[in-house]
Amino acid sequence: MSVQTEGTDTAGEPAVRKARPAGPPSGEDRGSRSSHRAAAPYLLLLPALLATLVLLGWPLVKNGMLSFQNLNPRQLIQHLTEWNGIDNYKEVLTGSDFWHVVERSLVFTVINVALIMVLGTLIGLLLARLGRKMRLLLMIGLVLAWAMPIIAATTVYQWLFAQRFGVVNWVLDKLGWHSMAGYNWFGTQTSTFSVVILLLVWESIPFVAINLYAATTTIPRELYEAAALDGAGAWKSFTSVTFPFLKPFLYSTTFLEVIWIFKAFPQIFAINEGGPDHLTETLPIYAFVQGVGNQHFGVGAAISFLTVLVLLVMTSYYLRMVLKQEEDEL
Amino acid sequence: MKRSLFGRIWPNATAVVLFAGLVFPVYWMFATAFKPTGDIISENPVWFPTHLTFSHFQKAVDADNFWTLVGNSVTVTVCSVLISLVIALFAAFALARLRFKGRRGLIVTFMLAQMAPWEVMIIAIYMIVRDADMLDSLVPLTAFYAVMVLPLTVLTLRGYVAAVPKELEESAMVDGCTRTQAFVKVIFPLLAPGLMATSLFGFITAWNEFPLVLILNKANDKQTLPLWLSQFQTAFGDDWGATMAASSLFALPILILFIFLQRKAVSGLTDGAVKG
Repeated sequence: MSVQTEGTDTAGEPAVRKARPAGPPSGEDRGSRSSHRAAAPYLLLLPALLATLVLLGWPLVKNGMLSFQNLNPRQLIQHLTEWNGIDNYKEVLTGSDFWHVVERSLVFTVINVALIMVLGTLIGLLLARLGRKMRLLLMIGLVLAWAMPIIAATTVYQWLFAQRFGVVNWVLDKLGWHSMAGYNWFGTQTSTFSVVILLLVWESIPFVAINLYAATTTIPRELYEAAALDGAGAWKSFTSVTFPFLKPFLYSTTFLEVIWIFKAFPQIFAINEGGPDHLTETLPIYAFVQGVGNQHFGVGAAISFLTVLVLLVMTSYYLRMVLKQEEDEL
Repeated sequence: MKRSLFGRIWPNATAVVLFAGLVFPVYWMFATAFKPTGDIISENPVWFPTHLTFSHFQKAVDADNFWTLVGNSVTVTVCSVLISLVIALFAAFALARLRFKGRRGLIVTFMLAQMAPWEVMIIAIYMIVRDADMLDSLVPLTAFYAVMVLPLTVLTLRGYVAAVPKELEESAMVDGCTRTQAFVKVIFPLLAPGLMATSLFGFITAWNEFPLVLILNKANDKQTLPLWLSQFQTAFGDDWGATMAASSLFALPILILFIFLQRKAVSGLTDGAVKG
């Protein structure tokens, strides 16, 4: 691998340079730094900050502005800006649809995250317990599921759960559940959600399991030996050594999963476009369907803004922790 | 510590069952893509295809604009990843190595930006791109994808830069290198695995991106593969052979890249430094 040869090069270079008279050691000498040196970090960061500000910051601000506008196809085509105060928010918040969708999104997130965290943790612990060969086998399975592109996965799940010739219906029929032969999975809310949840769990478990396994390998062996000397059994050493060690990891992963699941878009949209009858729309899909599908862009922007708000509330505890932790570390 | 027979068997048995469950959707995609139509629409599934056919792949490749869309996807993905790597490398170096006012705030900014809910900002992005008269163009897509992967790239690279021992850089500077030379000659080569690992996640994000291209690029020859694939299924209806062939073609580059780069990325930064 190229890194190793490059690595040798770097080690070779100082030897050559030593022949030259060494220049003034400028690195540590803070006093003599000219002013462009002091500006260096900001110049280095400028492109990244500018790009983030223009392409992430501006859309956020724009989203806020749009949510106070009356923006329907007529205004869109004629490039009109019609401010309408908080009408969009009034419309959204007083309708019953929005609250149904919020409730559905929350339940959807909780179910998914609980399944992903529990199963992912169990598989991660299993990885730690397996022998080399079996661990490699399971790793390959996890990596394949992880790497599968989302839209490829959604089409495969549509095929697995296809009404005719779908392999899932065939298996259920053979297992004795004969009413499932020819069952239309995308015909009801519960069944569509079941497919979406299975897809999301399948796709998300590898991240949790592989990282959790990596975290367990950093637990010092001595801790287990000490626990064993104190007479701890398998369960006791899990609760007193493994779990406390993994707790911070589990904590942050749970919140990351909450964010990812809550804003999941392609999985739900590509599987059934929020159907049947809008019954599997979560907040991001609802904003898209109202805003773009029905061309009520202002209303859609208001829903988007509220979605971000819900997300912020859900993750505020974690965000606070991130901020605090950074302060302590730096 | 000897474990009972049961204690030795159940983890392995569970692992095999899990492996089968995890791999089955991927396997079924490829298997269906290679099966003759008669085996796909059969009352009993053909678990292991014996007669292989490439006709489904032919059909997928012959679909309108297929190669244009491959070109679009590759262009957008590669350009956005490269752009974000370059921009992020500057930022990561500053954040990892230099001390300055506002550093902490900036790191937190990138951490928050990493969680940005792009999926719900698409309406605003649509308006901005439309007002700039750049709908149906690959430029905004590339720019937005670059920024989508930028925060993670900065934060990950920052870790890799910080992991290069400061002494290596300092000794180069004592030996007469300028800070820039020290970076190019000492740190950059050691960063190669980090750059690869980081680009992997960029590639996946950009290759997969769906909501933004869904709303921005309606013209058939300006779309990317995810959008095409999601419509391929709608357009071809029950032709699962062709749909799975299309999915396979779309998934294959990422599966290969993932398996290839994951190993490279893990094989260590430290090897290089220690062996040197």
